[in-house]
Amino acid sequence: MIRFERVSKRYPNGREALSQLSFEVASGEMLFLTGHSGAGKSTVLKLIALLERPTRGLLTVNGIDTAKLPARRIPLFRRGLGVVFQDHRLLMDRPVFDNVALPLIVADVSFKEIDRRVRAALDQVGLLGKERAVPLELSIGEQQRVGIARAVVSTPPLLIADEPTGNLDATLAAEVMGLFRRFNEVGVTVMIATHDLYGVRESGLRAITLAAGGLDAPALPAIAAMQ
Amino acid sequence: MAGRIVNWGTRHGHALVSTAGHLARHRVATTLTVLAISVALALPLALNVVVSNIRTAGGSFADAIGLSVYLAPGTSEQRARALAASARAREGVASVTLITAAQGLAQLRKQSGVGAALDALPDNPLPAVLEVRPTTSAAVPSRLDALRAQLAAAPEVESVQLDRDWAVRFHAIIELVRRGLWISAVLLAAGAVAVIGNTIRLEIASRGAEIEVTRLVGGSNAFVRRPFLYAGVLYGLAAGLTAWIIVAIAGGALAGQAQRLAAAYGGSFALHGPSARELGMLLGAGAVLGWLGAAIAAGRQLSRTSPRRQ
Repeated sequence: MIRFERVSKRYPNGREALSQLSFEVASGEMLFLTGHSGAGKSTVLKLIALLERPTRGLLTVNGIDTAKLPARRIPLFRRGLGVVFQDHRLLMDRPVFDNVALPLIVADVSFKEIDRRVRAALDQVGLLGKERAVPLELSIGEQQRVGIARAVVSTPPLLIADEPTGNLDATLAAEVMGLFRRFNEVGVTVMIATHDLYGVRESGLRAITLAAGGLDAPALPAIAAMQ
Repeated sequence: MAGRIVNWGTRHGHALVSTAGHLARHRVATTLTVLAISVALALPLALNVVVSNIRTAGGSFADAIGLSVYLAPGTSEQRARALAASARAREGVASVTLITAAQGLAQLRKQSGVGAALDALPDNPLPAVLEVRPTTSAAVPSRLDALRAQLAAAPEVESVQLDRDWAVRFHAIIELVRRGLWISAVLLAAGAVAVIGNTIRLEIASRGAEIEVTRLVGGSNAFVRRPFLYAGVLYGLAAGLTAWIIVAIAGGALAGQAQRLAAAYGGSFALHGPSARELGMLLGAGAVLGWLGAAIAAGRQLSRTSPRRQ
């Protein structure tokens, strides 16, 4: 599903965010991306979402060579991708329904279908009944869940999340992780960048650890050592 | 195929409705922008109305323009009537009045009180005169010259007098105002485009976060741009309508005074305001200029924030 082949990313100011990074993610897999701040986790996700392009190396997503993708095809590419942000990035002046419906509106889906799918997505995150609410009226946890509903409403094959539980307490974080697992169970490839090493350990899933732009030895032994 | 048409309709309908709602919610900002643009559009419209009113007024003043065709003394009345008839038949001639020598003498006797002196004369010294009035459209200096040359061609005609200066001045005024109209229209249209463009630019800048999110979930440039283009069109339409109303009200306010002025000159004149046709033109121009301003602003800004390479 995702393949990084010796990908390097250097920013115009000279900072090298990624250096010869190589890894693969199979379709339908769920895995974590860990590492300290500045290790390059966000950069990896930005490259997958085509917000940035690799300086060197090959990045293939869902069989598409991202280097060969022309700018005008990027919107279509992004519709096959669900993105969850740490700071939810909701439109605060619109009701929840409009927020979640955005990926569908952008894809010219009919109003009837939009209605059905938005309700389904809200149901999955446990917010059915809050369609008319405005994000400001919701709690942080609920706002984050709206963000997740938006990411999955168009049932994309790939879901990436950048620190989705960063602002949440342990209970909520566990709930959100549960949501991601449920999506993965129906075949969605899920990749989560996170600091929550305990959650990673609990899940027992694969974790790719980044350090200074490259792969590092897994952090799990370090946790084991701490205990 | 029908599906694609429906899609197009849904897309544009959605953009239009959500934009209209957005503008309606921000009443003050929208009103100010619309007023600014409508002033720009009202000025060329007002000039146009002035020109058309001058033309109408000038039509009645064109009665003052006339050619006086003096026939040679001794021309028979029969010949004079024949000349009058042939002059009437000419293109550009509205009316021909024949004043025979006898009639001329009677008029002079009545008017100037030189009756006694006239009686002393052996013969009628006055020639027959044809008063030729041109049509409004023929009251142009070049055509008047041509008409005069034609009338002077007949052998019995001794001279043709024409108060040319008045016609020349009148038309110079109209031409000046018309040129002024075109120049001001172009400048003010550019102004309207600039105001709309600037407003849309600020709109886009203030909705940056929203645009970014829309892009991230796969919104194309066209999708992002659409609501702003519709905003431009709606601003333009509203401004066109407002401009028309402004000029109509101004016309109404001046009508009374114009009537009094005309009466002072011994005529009657009804000032007419902007027409329905001009409303249609303003709405069309407003929509086009609005679209243009928005397209220019959106094109520049949105392409700059597009996903960048490398």
